[in-house]
Amino acid sequence: MENPFRSEAAAFQFLLVTVGAFALITIAAVLNTWAGVAVFVVLTVAAIGYYLHQRGQPAPRREVPHWGEPDEKRILVVANETVAGQGLLEEIRRATSSGRAQVLVVSPALNSPLRHWVSDEDGARASAQARLDQSLQRLGELGVAARGEIGDSDPLQAIEDELRTFGPDAVIISTHPEGRSNWLERGIVDEARARFDVPITHVVVDLEAEAEQA
Amino acid sequence: MEAHAAEVHAHHGDHPPAANQSSRVHASVLGMLLFIASEVMLFGSFFTAYFFMRVVQDQAVPWHDQHHLPVFVAGINSAILLTSSVTMHWALQSIKRGNRVGLQAGLVLTFLMGLTFLLTQISEYARIGFAPHDDAFATIFFCLTGLHGLHVFVGLTLLAFATTRAFRGHYSPEHHHGVEIPGIYWHFVDVMWIVVYTTIYLI
Repeated sequence: MENPFRSEAAAFQFLLVTVGAFALITIAAVLNTWAGVAVFVVLTVAAIGYYLHQRGQPAPRREVPHWGEPDEKRILVVANETVAGQGLLEEIRRATSSGRAQVLVVSPALNSPLRHWVSDEDGARASAQARLDQSLQRLGELGVAARGEIGDSDPLQAIEDELRTFGPDAVIISTHPEGRSNWLERGIVDEARARFDVPITHVVVDLEAEAEQA
Repeated sequence: MEAHAAEVHAHHGDHPPAANQSSRVHASVLGMLLFIASEVMLFGSFFTAYFFMRVVQDQAVPWHDQHHLPVFVAGINSAILLTSSVTMHWALQSIKRGNRVGLQAGLVLTFLMGLTFLLTQISEYARIGFAPHDDAFATIFFCLTGLHGLHVFVGLTLLAFATTRAFRGHYSPEHHHGVEIPGIYWHFVDVMWIVVYTTIYLI
């Protein structure tokens, strides 16, 4: 949605539209009170629909400068329920096999909308921490040194936070398969690629298939 | 944690890192949205009281018809205020094209028309024939138009600063934020007047 007061020109345009709208309402109200109410309701609904469907200028892609030593690679892994998946662990090992690497695993503390709005996130953070600990232990067994953090419940915000404080050269996003992934349904991977100027790898982890194989 | 903090510091040298800012909503846009939301709530509370009073009244003669509002004078005043928005827009378009005279003329005209509106409103208050404490309609009338008048006064103060700076040689086609912000505010004040005038005086 674009703010009608984002600039002087936009505000002036909004003023002219307001003058026109209220002229129509006044004319209708003079003819018949209920006609005035009807015109007001129709114009209000139309205005709300118009502004909600407007698309503002897309934000420029955020550049991520290289941090740390020149020969060091920094990898950010974003995963929650799939953080201990075999496919993800293999992708991390493959990404770190070429030389010095630092790995930061971020597990967004996913929460229900109701709990989010009442700031009840202790349970979500505890669950995310348990999965993160399990994943870090598994990575350690594979010989990959990694550290972990609990991130924002919004995965895009969690990535953005780490771009500021970790400066990754690559990002790996792990999700459930299509149809079971809330992140894929929300277009998180595509949105992250559009928003951040850093290579992003998408790994699909099918925990149910892995459990059956085990 | 300390090692991480040291790493962040080393990366940025002696300068603090850039402030983190969510890319979901730009800070200036968010600020303006919050400001407008607060203003809409402020005016909305008075409009709610006004419409409630009109709907629930049990007078033989409706409140609205017991008071003779100066519709014609207020209409002329509305035209003056709307014209001041046009000159405000002209002022900003002028400086964007490097026309300093147009900027100065536009700002002066906007200020004078805004002042005319405010003085006319004060003059009408003195001659309107009822006082805020007379009845509920009178109270809400003075509250709504007075609240708007207060906004006009704030807008005139901003315009006075912008006009003074314009005559001192400030602003350029590239840098005119000091005119843009009062312009946005002035148009918002005009939008609110359209709503006030239509609901109180006309409908």
